[in-house]
Amino acid sequence: MTLLEVEGLRVRFTTPEGSVDAVRGVSFAVEERGTLAIVGRSGSGKTQSAYAVMGLLPANGHASGSVRYRGEEILNLPDEGMNRFRSKEIALVFQNPMTSLNPYMRISAQLSEVLIHHQGMGRRAAIAEAVRMLDAVRIPDAANRVHMFPHEFSGGMRQRVVIAMALLCRPRLLIADEPTTALDAVVQSRIVDLLMDLLDEFGMALILITHDFGLVAGTCRDAIVMENGKVVESNTVDGMFECPAHPCTRSLLDAVPRLRHGNGEAEGSSSAGDAC
Amino acid sequence: MLSVRDLCVQFPNRRPGGLPWVRPGVLRAVERVSFELEAGASLGIIGESGSGKTTLARAIMCSVPVSTGQVLWVGENLLELGPRERRLKRRGIQMVYQDPLSSLNPRMTVGRIVDEPLRTLFPEMERAERTRRISSILERVGLSPDMLNRYPHQFSGGQCQRIGIARALVTKPRLLICDEPVSSLDVSVRATILDLLRGLREEMGLSMLFIAHDLGVVQEVCDRTMVMRAGRVVEMQETGSLIRSPREDYTRSLLAAVPYPDPKVERRRIARRRAASRSDAGAGPPPTDRAARSP
Repeated sequence: MTLLEVEGLRVRFTTPEGSVDAVRGVSFAVEERGTLAIVGRSGSGKTQSAYAVMGLLPANGHASGSVRYRGEEILNLPDEGMNRFRSKEIALVFQNPMTSLNPYMRISAQLSEVLIHHQGMGRRAAIAEAVRMLDAVRIPDAANRVHMFPHEFSGGMRQRVVIAMALLCRPRLLIADEPTTALDAVVQSRIVDLLMDLLDEFGMALILITHDFGLVAGTCRDAIVMENGKVVESNTVDGMFECPAHPCTRSLLDAVPRLRHGNGEAEGSSSAGDAC
Repeated sequence: MLSVRDLCVQFPNRRPGGLPWVRPGVLRAVERVSFELEAGASLGIIGESGSGKTTLARAIMCSVPVSTGQVLWVGENLLELGPRERRLKRRGIQMVYQDPLSSLNPRMTVGRIVDEPLRTLFPEMERAERTRRISSILERVGLSPDMLNRYPHQFSGGQCQRIGIARALVTKPRLLICDEPVSSLDVSVRATILDLLRGLREEMGLSMLFIAHDLGVVQEVCDRTMVMRAGRVVEMQETGSLIRSPREDYTRSLLAAVPYPDPKVERRRIARRRAASRSDAGAGPPPTDRAARSP
């Protein structure tokens, strides 16, 4: 069943200097438990498309087109209507783990807030659930760490907290906006593993927004490539890697760092050597 | 040219929520690190975040207190010099920082940002000479001179990093320390900045210390690479052979973390990595092969 169907999505910002079309007619669909990558350079409109879907555009942004979630039109719903979907059905992992957590609030308060607001839980029950979710994203010693402040966490741990926050209400669809851009390669690989584990555990669908095809290769089945607010190519990930049709796709693929004489070929053929 | 010997940097480490009269523990951020860097050579430093890469760089810049060890710059130990003399000697070393936007003062114009190191390090320099140098370096890094009066927020991430590079190179240093200069840039911009750094290095005969967490980036610019973990050097060898035949398991695990740009191979790798971490943890459901499951 189609979970999310976006058709002819447009986002226009009105600024003092005139209006800017950030997204110009984008269409894509995600199946239940599907995985879709939205790939593009910075400024191509990937993030604004996601924000439009979530109803999070700033006041000067206007979205048009159609976004259907399980058949129901959700684009431009008023906040009260949209809150039925946010978090519970569709959750967003924001780009920068340093700025998407409130530095003045303890982790416990930030996580329990979601449950108290969206599910009407009591404070104590909400914190217990928050600890369980921190466990699920593999934060060691979650029961104590939950009372810390974001600055006491490393970048990778903060990103885990942000993912935990998105998962609290068990959404069916997770939109991850560059979830690993600010993180180092090892932490990135751990977050990728974690996301894959969680998709299986919770039976979620994933929309992964990124500029890095290297990240897409192992995580998503389908992909769309965006440039200047338009979808320039839409295919399975395998198909795109095999024969990229659009020059933009090709240049993004070429930009993926390849280790020369690297581990890849060796690992593809033999199973030894990368167990670490 | 630069020789670092047995360098140690330690920080007091107070446990969160610890009582104020309990003696703080010691965090050994950099632990007995030694290396040499010849003129014109480039050394990559890789490791996870928290492995002490940045602290090492800042110790060489003398901007964190060093516990023991030596930083010999053209034969002189920078750590033993007085502040004024050190400043004079250190002019030949400049640094490019990680976050392009936050390393630029938002209230200064680009012109002033690039002018600042000249004014503080070469106070005797004539104004006309400074202006000449600034416009020539801006042009070299690919910014047009009419951008001089703009502010950092008016630039993209890649352009900000170019400004950071111009600021570091305007004093014509002999050693450039780059602290993850491209980690926060998107892949295509990353390639252009790496190209720029490579070109500048050849042109100006720069030596380079290049910190990164990504081997793919290091291989583009560095002859030799040093792997750090928890403040210590794990191994150091020629970059190509490090990637081809790493000596240490830790280096191998860093290599395994770099995504391989082929969906079929990469799915298998991720599945295997997840299975391995699950069997490490002991419990958990049996591994499922994503590659096999997805149609």
